[in-house]
Parts: sequence; structure tokens; C-alpha cells
Amino acid sequence: MSTPYALPEVTLDEIKHLVSQRALDGETVLLNMGPQHPSTHGVLRLLLELDGETVVTCVPDIGFLHTGIEKNMEAKTYLKAEVMTDRLDYLNTVGNNLAYCLAVEKMIEVEIPPRAQAIRVILAELQRLASHLVWLGTSALDVAAMSVFLYAFREREIILDVLELVSGQRMMTTFIRPGGIWRDVPVEFDDAVRNILNTFPKRIDEYEDLLTKNPLFLDRTLGIGKMSLEEALSYGVTGSTLRGSGSDWDLRKKRPYSGYEQYDFEVPVATEGDVYARYLVRIREMRESLKIIEQALDKLPLGPVNSNDHKFVPPPRSELGTSMEALIHHFKLWTEGFDVPKGSVYAAVESPRGELGVFLESDGGPKPYRVHWRTPSFNNLEVLPLMAEGLLVADLVAIIGSVDIVLGDVDR
Amino acid sequence: MGVEEKLGDMGVVTTTLEQVVNWGRTRAMWPMLFGLACCAIEMMAAQAAHYDMSRFGMELMRPSPRQSDLMIVAGRVSRKMAPVLRHLYDQMAEPKWVIAMGDCASCGGVFNNYAVVQGVDEIVPVDIYVSGCPPRPEALIGGVMALYEKVEAEKIKAAA
Amino acid sequence: MDKQFQAIVQMLEKDFGAEVSEFCGEVQAVLPAENLVAASQKLRDKFEFALLSTITATDYGLEESPRFHVVYIFNSLSKNLQLMVRVPVDGENSTIPTLTVVYKNANWRERELWDMFGITAEGHPDLRRILMPDDWDGYPLRKDYPLGYEEPQFTFNFEEIDLSKPKGEF
Repeated sequence: MSTPYALPEVTLDEIKHLVSQRALDGETVLLNMGPQHPSTHGVLRLLLELDGETVVTCVPDIGFLHTGIEKNMEAKTYLKAEVMTDRLDYLNTVGNNLAYCLAVEKMIEVEIPPRAQAIRVILAELQRLASHLVWLGTSALDVAAMSVFLYAFREREIILDVLELVSGQRMMTTFIRPGGIWRDVPVEFDDAVRNILNTFPKRIDEYEDLLTKNPLFLDRTLGIGKMSLEEALSYGVTGSTLRGSGSDWDLRKKRPYSGYEQYDFEVPVATEGDVYARYLVRIREMRESLKIIEQALDKLPLGPVNSNDHKFVPPPRSELGTSMEALIHHFKLWTEGFDVPKGSVYAAVESPRGELGVFLESDGGPKPYRVHWRTPSFNNLEVLPLMAEGLLVADLVAIIGSVDIVLGDVDR
Repeated sequence: MGVEEKLGDMGVVTTTLEQVVNWGRTRAMWPMLFGLACCAIEMMAAQAAHYDMSRFGMELMRPSPRQSDLMIVAGRVSRKMAPVLRHLYDQMAEPKWVIAMGDCASCGGVFNNYAVVQGVDEIVPVDIYVSGCPPRPEALIGGVMALYEKVEAEKIKAAA
Repeated sequence: MDKQFQAIVQMLEKDFGAEVSEFCGEVQAVLPAENLVAASQKLRDKFEFALLSTITATDYGLEESPRFHVVYIFNSLSKNLQLMVRVPVDGENSTIPTLTVVYKNANWRERELWDMFGITAEGHPDLRRILMPDDWDGYPLRKDYPLGYEEPQFTFNFEEIDLSKPKGEF
């Protein structure tokens, strides 16, 4: 082939150990699903061995969205590297910022003002709602419930409007910064979030009306993709997928960060471990998120939103014109960056998909020496072959939807 | 009903063949359901109720490249994905157009590294570049409108 | 250090020759590679570290010995503990024993380790590249691997850079 972008040729020899002997004898069929497939939620490729319509084995092939974020972050200062984090799990951009900032703050030991903590929680929970809405819309679409998709995206717009209001961007906000947040929220913030709090409970009821007792939906989801708690743990599954199998492991509750311990909320758990259980958990999680947002907004303290330590936090722009020192700090932070003590930490937050962890290693300089993202979708996807075995291809689609993978999160 | 009623009892409408063909092409241009990364979510948002791309004859996204006229490259293209993207483009039937949606597809965006193709124009010919990271749905619709203008000015030519 | 860690630290230090330290409130143990499987088996069965969160590595550069540190993050759900285990690995013959016998999710993480760092997990059932294409050259996350930065194209250097770009047949 003459083009530089020709598809690599794959021989049967290379994949021989992945499939059963029956496939080599020609008894079962090997089928390639993806990377361009409407139901793989991105660019996931699955090598399926099918006996008729039944999945014998399923081998996920990932990396089609590998972006080299971990390597690229090593080449930027701590403040600039944060821009990369948004684009990892693009449905949970605020959560990615939060995880990264928690890791950096753990090392530089700055104090975060309570107002910033509360705003972080509100935004992270709004983002969780938005992410669950995308999951709800797309996974319902996969089991042929078209209207839910349209409703879910309608509501998502309201949340994105709030994110845009505070940061100027709909998705890639980079609003949470090491030492606090970018700037204080505008006065309209309170009303905008109250609007969400007022409308959403009714909207979630609407989705439940459409799905929860819908016989077609039940047929497609009940008893499909079962996973026991032991299996889930041995595969490192976290988040709603794990909670659908009966564990109450939620980092917001167990290892509270950003002041989650002040809020009263429940961790929804279902024990069946099938697609429907995961659906129920996520729907109830949306209601719990609303509870957290309401409490945080009611108690939203006044005060500064950034740490006063200008060795790490850029001074406010208003000071640049009047204070020589602020100007020096500003230039130093945005050109050279700040030094972080030598060592390594691991900070984790509960993303909509599970435990989102950052392993951050510093060599004492202004750039991270090594950043590793423990992304939940990577582990949650690995368990897919186990869940899909012996089911139909149509069920596989429902399972992929229920695990809620984001390929940017898997491939990094 | 129809043109005759509005224009009076003329019985005929005169135009050029090119105009008719291009009018037809722009009024039902089916994009391929092909999402890569962050921009794909905004592309979905553009399809959904709030922005509603079906106003422009695009309500139908075809997952099959054989049935689609327009490829919206929504997101960063990794080195592993590049051959697949080219393969998909080759499968599309003429006439076909490409929109590079977002900074990553246009020029690599913030990812200037080993893993990401620095602009999808290395692989497929791009008609319209939409900037933004990710572009707002309005921006995507603006890109589509710009593409329509471009298509309407096209001459009919024999397939190469 | 959490009280619950005392027995774990004692076990790691006495039975497996680990060096345990604390940094920013996190317990980190440096463990020789040959004891990794036995230690993690013990961690899982006796100390209820049911969840292996991640496996990753850090490259300290060609001259350093040991060149790599492979990092394991273990989590105990019942005791709510987190433990970081670091395994030094040589640059010349970079192998670690596979953890797939203890934790199933070590499978993909070790493939990633091989893909990104070229560290072989001995006894791994299916060691292929996972994120990069199969025919990729080199291990991207090693420090001697270039970032692959390309000069951005502007009007003044458009043609110069255009020449270096790969050309498909349009």
C-alpha cells in the first residue's frame, strides 16, 4: 500500500491465543465491532467470537484515543499542565481538575478557603449530574429508547450554562486551580443553581417514568451482564458499577475530600449486579447529587476563594497594577511556575465512573516528573468480557452502556 | 399546492442544473455518526433538542460510511485511529465532504505530541475547519452553514 | 501513621524486607521485586486489600540504577486504607513478576506498563501492546523517548513544515 495511513494487516496467527479452538476450526465466527460503531460510545474496538448470535468471547482493543496526556503533562509546569486534565475524561472535566489539584495541593500543602471548597463541591456534583445525563441518554439510546436521549441532553444544557457562567467554557472549564478556584462565582450563580435544584427532581421523575417500569427496558436490562461483588473487586471495578454489585464504596463518603464530610447524603447501593441495578444506582445518585448541591449552596460561606500563599497561587489581576510584589509573583508563576517538594503522592476522587486517581511524582522542580492517571473506565472496561460471555450481541450493547465508559478516560 | 400555486399559472420553473443538484445536496446532507473525543459530545448536543441540527436536513446520522455524505471528524485523531479514519473516508461514496471539528482535528490542538496526528488534513482532505476546544454546537452549525455555501458554489464535474 | 498500618508495616518489613516511609500522610513501601507476589498475596488475604487500584511506573533516566520504580496502589475497602508499594526495577533487564495471579485487573495494567515503559511482566498470559499500535517503535513514557513535538505551522514557515508532513493520496 502506498498511503502512509494504510490499515495494518492482521493475520489469524496473531490473535490465535485470544479465541477458542472452535473459531480456528471455523465453527464459530470472528466479528470485528468498532472502532466505528454507534454503540461503542467512542472508539472502542471489540473482537467478538460468535456462535450464531451468542458471544463466546469478547476481546476489547483500546488505544484508539490514546492522546499521550501523561507524557505531555511532564513537559509543562504544574499550572499549565492542568489544561490537559480536562480532556482526559471529557464528561467529568471538573472532577479531573479537582483530582489533579488535590494531588498538587497535597504536596505543596496550601490551605483552601471554605468558600472555594464549597464551590468545588457544587461544580463537581453538577458535573456528575451532567455526566450521568449523557450516560442516561446514550445508554437508553442503545436499548432503543430514543426520547430519553433528547430529554437528557435538554437538561444537560442547563448545567452547561452554569459551567459557562462561572468559567466561560461549556466543557473544558479548568476552573478549579491549585490553591482554590480561578475566581469567585458571579452573583447569578445562586439563582442559576437554584433553578437546577427546582427543575431537576421533576425531570428525573420524567426519566424514571419513561424507563424504570417500562417493560421493554426491563426486558433488555434485567438479569443482563451480571457481575458478583468478588468478581468486581478482583477486576478493580469502582464507582456506580461496583455499587450496582452490592458494595457501598464511595470515596466521597469513605475518604472525604473538599469538605464532603459536612454534607448529608446517602450512597445508593443495589445488589443484583446487572444492567438494571447499575441503572437504578445512577438514577438515585443523581438525586443524591442534588441533595449535596442544595446543602452546599445553602451553607455557601463568604470569603476569599483562593489561598493567600502567592508562592503557589497567582495574585488577583486587580493587584497587578498597584503592587510590585504581585506583579513579580504573577510573572514568576506563569513563566517559571512553582517548585513542588520531591516525592510522590496518590490522590483520588469519586468521578461519575469510579475512583479517579492521580499519581503525581515530583523531582523538586517546576514541572511534574511523572503523572499517572488511574482512570476508572480502564478498569471497568476490563471486566466487559466476563459480563458479556454467553449473552447476545444486543445485550453486549446494553452492557457497554451500563458500564458507562468514556474512551478518553480509558486511553488517556 | 406547490410552486405553481405561489408563482401563478406558469407551469414551469427555470433554473440551472447545478443549482438544483447543489440544492438537493445541501438540503439532505447526512453526516456520519462518527465521534472520537470531547467534540463528539458537543456534536451530540448539536443533534439533540436544544440545537436541533435537523433544521438543516441533518437529523439522520448514519453510522455506515456508505450512506453518509459528510464526515465530521469530532476530536483528536491518534496514530492508531488514523488508518481507520482514512479507511472510513475511502468507503464513503462521492460526493463527500469533511469537517474538521475542533482544534485537535484541525491542527493537533493542545496535544502536540507523539500520539496525536497534527491535523486531520494529513489524512483526508478537509473542507471546513471549525475552531474551538470543543466548539460550541452553534459553531458546528456555523461550520455546516459555511460548508453549504461552499457546496452551493460547486460545479458539477465527472467523478475522478 | 494509622494504627491499623502497624501490623502491615511490621509484616512488610520483617517478612519481605521492605523499607516503609511516610510522605504527605501516605504510607509508601519499597519492596524488592522477588517478594512482590508473596507480599501482595498476604496483603489481599490477611489484610483485606481487595482492590488493586493501579500499576504504573516512573522512569528516573538512563544513568540511574535502579532505573524504574514500578508503583502499585493497594486499597482496602473494609479497613479504608491505602498503601503505595514501589518496586525498583533495573534498566537493563527490566522485568517484574506478574500480579495477574493475585489481582485480575493487573492484566491490562501490566500490558500498559509494557507498552509505555517496556517493563516485562514475567508470566503474564497475554503481553501485547494495549494503547499504541502493534507495530509501534519504542516505549513512549520512558524519559529517553522524545515528546514528539511538532513545530506549529504559521504563514512564514507553512511550506517548510508542509514538506515534512506525511502525505496521503487524496
